[in-house]
Amino acid sequence: MSEVRLEVKNLSVSFSTFAGKVHAVRGVSFSLHDGETLAIVGESGSGKTVTCRSVMRLLAKNATIDSGEILLDGADLLKLSEREMRRVRGNDVAMVFQDPMTSLDPTMKIGRQIEEAVTLHRKVRRGEARGRMLELLRLVDIEDPERRSRQYPHEFSGGQRQRIVIAVALACDPRVLIADEPTTALDVTMQAQIIDLLKDLQRKVHTSVIFITHDLGVVANVADRVAVMYAGKIVEIGLADEIFYDPRHPYTWGLLHAMPTLDTNMPTLYTIPGSPPTLVEPVPEGDAFAPRNAYALAVDEKYEPPLFKVSDTHYAATWLLDPRAPKAVPPEILSRRRREYLERRKRDAG
Amino acid sequence: MNIPGLNGYSTLAGRTVDRYALARVPADVNYYFGTDEFGRDLFSRTLHGTRISLIIAFIAAVLDLTIGVLYGLTSAMKGGRTDTVMQRVLEILSGIPSLVLVVLMLLIFSPGLFSIIFALAISSWIPMARMVRAETLRIKNMEYVLAARALGTSEARIALSHVLPNIAGIVVVRTMFSIPAAIFFETFLSFIGVGMKIPNASLGTLLNGGYKVFRIYPSQMWIPAVVLCVIMLVFNLFADGLRDALDPRMKE
Repeated sequence: MSEVRLEVKNLSVSFSTFAGKVHAVRGVSFSLHDGETLAIVGESGSGKTVTCRSVMRLLAKNATIDSGEILLDGADLLKLSEREMRRVRGNDVAMVFQDPMTSLDPTMKIGRQIEEAVTLHRKVRRGEARGRMLELLRLVDIEDPERRSRQYPHEFSGGQRQRIVIAVALACDPRVLIADEPTTALDVTMQAQIIDLLKDLQRKVHTSVIFITHDLGVVANVADRVAVMYAGKIVEIGLADEIFYDPRHPYTWGLLHAMPTLDTNMPTLYTIPGSPPTLVEPVPEGDAFAPRNAYALAVDEKYEPPLFKVSDTHYAATWLLDPRAPKAVPPEILSRRRREYLERRKRDAG
Repeated sequence: MNIPGLNGYSTLAGRTVDRYALARVPADVNYYFGTDEFGRDLFSRTLHGTRISLIIAFIAAVLDLTIGVLYGLTSAMKGGRTDTVMQRVLEILSGIPSLVLVVLMLLIFSPGLFSIIFALAISSWIPMARMVRAETLRIKNMEYVLAARALGTSEARIALSHVLPNIAGIVVVRTMFSIPAAIFFETFLSFIGVGMKIPNASLGTLLNGGYKVFRIYPSQMWIPAVVLCVIMLVFNLFADGLRDALDPRMKE
């Protein structure tokens, strides 16, 4: 396994609101290895964006980081002052946001926006910054960079704008790139372009990427490892293949079951009944997913399941993996996919 | 031009005389707007008065653009307690009646350009400050500001490079609108005697003089009044046009 770039240990974040204290992130731990893409999947409100904003320390004023450590190559980002953090942002860790239409300043030429990113962290002369800017534009496949760099954001299409945003993020060769739902606001063809671009860039520039999304199809395309989040916790984490073909947590089963494929042949689509909890204090005890879980055990109502090991790379937080638990059978569709996957693996190996 | 009533002839006790000939004015000298009771040419005095008005306009614009914008920008970017305190200070300042302030200042300063500028400096920039604050708060929540923060841009840099260019349109429009208000303020002060001192020629003092002889020589009041109206109208129309062109909220 390659070395660990970013390690989040037991992160808990809460927000003080008029309705009370909201525990958005409750003890999240994961690590990001050098050069890999980790996808964080989950419903709206699962805490994925808050987790990643905490890495950048870009939270709202009413947010508190209750506990945890965020180690970037060993240095705890939570212990840095605001001024030191400003040097980290954009330089070591960069972020790409969801909506390309509003991520760029409409009154500034895009060339200047990219150059600003470069000169912010590197002491370079004007000519060098311009050269780097043009190089970045070529890297993200914007044609005719010299002319295009003098244009304003409204003169570009959505997909091009997202590519420019990626160029801005990569301007200082950050070690970690956090992409917060970069394809959600784009149509499918643009999605494919951006995903291909990110994979290509990752190979060339060798950044580690955290890809937040709620679209499992996108995850299948980009991710090396996947973390599934629910109600502020990571419920399952593993290699992409392990999550897709051998999921162990009932929530992951629900997500995969709900994802229609070309073989889906049902009159109605499956959905997980109910909705996620609001996590306002006091947070109910036990497994947060239990009320919606068809496979819930009596113990789920009292005790939160810890992460059980499925393999060296695969962990799931469900009491079903406890040796004392009854055997649970995942939905038929998933079992079938697993069988087909294993057969394919045997055929490819043999 | 030999327009009856405006050609320098007046009738007194049945006799029509050329008043200018009587006053031994050379034949080639023309008073386009006539003269006042001291023989001062109204045309040149009106020009001079207009110049004063435009100086006031310029100063009001500068005050708006410097104090107003800076105050509103700082207040909104800092937020929190600083913002609250600054807004309360603004409310106190706006509660001070500027007319009373100018009159009180006569105790210290003699009436003139300086007292007018001082009164303007106290409160004319307040609407601009409020508007800049509102717009800055709106821009602050835009995603490109968040993206700039994510790059590690300092707050000051964000205010200058990202917020200012995006509020520039409405700042310009607002400045143009505050100019007629300032011109009127000066004229009003001079009219009631606490602004420019007589014999200085300002539109207000001209109106003051003209109002005294309005029944006999109405042109003495009409002319400065029309000039004042035209100046204010021009600036208002200009500001209107600029707003149509620059204000993003007016765009479809």
